[in-house]
Amino acid sequence: MTMAEAGGNGADVLLDVANISLSFGGVKAIRGVSFDVQKGEIRAIIGPNGAGKTSMLNCINGFYHPQEGTITYKGRTRKQMRPHEAAAQGIARTFQNVALFKGMSTLDNLMTGRLLKMKGNFFLEALHLGPAKKQELAHREFVEGVIDFLEIQTIRKTPVGRLPYGLQKRVELGRALAAEPELLLLDEPMAGMNVEEKEDMSRFIIDVNEEFGTTIALIEHDMGVVMDISDRVVVLDHGEKIADGTPDEVGKNQDVIDAYLGVSHD
Amino acid sequence: MLYREAGQFKASYAADQAIFPITQDRVAVIAVLLIAYLGVPFIQGDYWFEAILLPLLIFALAAIGLNILTGYCGQISLGTGGFLAVGAYSTYKLMTAFPDLNILLIFILAGLITAGVGILFGLPSLRIKGFYLAVATLAAQFFLVWLFNKVPWFYNYHPSGNIEAPPREAFGFLITGAEATPQVRYVVILIFVTLLTLAAKNLVRGRIGRSWMAIRDMDIAAEIIGIRPLQTKLLAFAISSFYIGVAGAMMFSMWLGSVETEAFQLFVSFDVLFMIIIGGLGSLLGSFLGAGFILLLPIVLTNLFVGGLGFTANFAKHVEFMLFGGLIIFFLIVEPHGLARLWQITKEKLRLWPFPH
Ligand SMILES: Nc1ncnc2c1ncn2[C@@H]1O[C@H](COP(=O)(O)OP(=O)(O)OP(=O)(O)O)[C@@H](O)[C@H]1O
Ligand SMILES: [Mg+2]
Repeated sequence: MTMAEAGGNGADVLLDVANISLSFGGVKAIRGVSFDVQKGEIRAIIGPNGAGKTSMLNCINGFYHPQEGTITYKGRTRKQMRPHEAAAQGIARTFQNVALFKGMSTLDNLMTGRLLKMKGNFFLEALHLGPAKKQELAHREFVEGVIDFLEIQTIRKTPVGRLPYGLQKRVELGRALAAEPELLLLDEPMAGMNVEEKEDMSRFIIDVNEEFGTTIALIEHDMGVVMDISDRVVVLDHGEKIADGTPDEVGKNQDVIDAYLGVSHD
Repeated sequence: MLYREAGQFKASYAADQAIFPITQDRVAVIAVLLIAYLGVPFIQGDYWFEAILLPLLIFALAAIGLNILTGYCGQISLGTGGFLAVGAYSTYKLMTAFPDLNILLIFILAGLITAGVGILFGLPSLRIKGFYLAVATLAAQFFLVWLFNKVPWFYNYHPSGNIEAPPREAFGFLITGAEATPQVRYVVILIFVTLLTLAAKNLVRGRIGRSWMAIRDMDIAAEIIGIRPLQTKLLAFAISSFYIGVAGAMMFSMWLGSVETEAFQLFVSFDVLFMIIIGGLGSLLGSFLGAGFILLLPIVLTNLFVGGLGFTANFAKHVEFMLFGGLIIFFLIVEPHGLARLWQITKEKLRLWPFPH
């Protein structure tokens, strides 16, 4: 694994998380965790329930503000970043519990995902004239590409609230992809899916990574999937990092095995 | 002609994104517009205009305004009456302070002033939601009505406390004041309502509308996509208030002619809220259906019970309250998308008829 060997060599690092600590009142969700994500890799974050994985993603895209530590993204170090700033810099994500816009169609959810790429001109839009109309069409074309890629053509006009869970997860991935992100954060993209759906989703994730060159950080409980698709894995437990390396290395790590023994998770 | 989508294949995304992608819808809208512009103005008799058509258009406009804020952006407001009053009183002040200013321009200015006031009262929406926001807008309602009542400057120190619209012309037609014919006033209001409805349609189906709905449906996800909650909500407050302000301007100057703050009390806020609940939250068509329903139901009931069956007017009023109450509960629980959604379901059924599967 050349990826793992390159770790720490600053050249290709897209995201560097250093000494992050986050607590809610008395609860320490993250304790001094450091790791990096390199350009073009699929980086998995694993760990038992309550390990602090989701909190870590929330720190990365500016939703939580860690009390300690720094986050360096594309060479710029920020102590605090607002979610919309993270979005503007090319970070997109999906949520552990699907967070789609329930009242809108699949197409509109994806178009909304692309919002930041659109330029605003209130009056032209109110009149639906020239550039505003052209812009809608251009973005529609891109979004249709994402729809084809994810094979969700048939549910284009369906309100997403009516879709089954597995498809909702897929639409949510689509919404994130519509933003053409450089860094894609996926929080348990396969939770609650059956084997077939998991296979589809794994394929999409690998394709996104390979075809668009998108860097991906994902949280996943299914170890089989993690071993299959990720380049490197970081393991959290009780807010601390207990291992970091290739799937093979991590799988053999005694601390990891201990952390997972006796801890119930699905 | 059958209502069919099948067979109408859209060869381009442009065709699919047209304002009315289905031919029959387009035809229906054009037919309604033709009747509204070329037929209705020749109706004789003031009753139809004063009791039905003018209030219908004006309240539909106010309902569109509230629907933008509540139905599309998810921010509940009980301040509609207050915002209508801002539109009315700023129109009055502008008409009397600048007698030479074009009256149509005054309507726009009144809308802009109301938009400013809307932004001000929308500021708390960054911090508070739902019930608490409703209470904050209720405060706006009471404050604004109190203000126009208590500060004589707003009604030019008139002893009665009333404001009265002076006569003004546009394009050679008298459109305000006692001498303006209802037909002319109707056409002017219709033009405003048509253009503003079109603009609202374009906004809600594009970038801005999606950002509103995103905030409404899942504000956390919206923020992570890059939507700024405060700006987005304030834009909704501004545009919503603009529509309501223009409606208030017309209500005062082209429909009632003379008003006092009594006309803008809390019950008006509720009336408009009921219009969008019954008509359909997040639907422009619903704003018209709801306005029509709420305005026509009392008239129909009075005619039926008092005129037809000989009951007292009081009885008709009570039936009206009960019906409204029941319907609002029905729509809130069973069909939050209102009459517009029922209409859409009918259309979906028709699309497949007579082969339901
Ligand atoms: N907003 C919050 N307020 C208070 N405590 C929180 C908050 N978010 C997370 N926590 C706490 O932080 C800890 C880590 O939670 P987090 O959701 O990050 O875990 P996780 O690794 O994603 O778990 P899971 O696998 O169950 O999703 C938990 O103890 C949780 O209760
Ligand atoms: Mg989690």
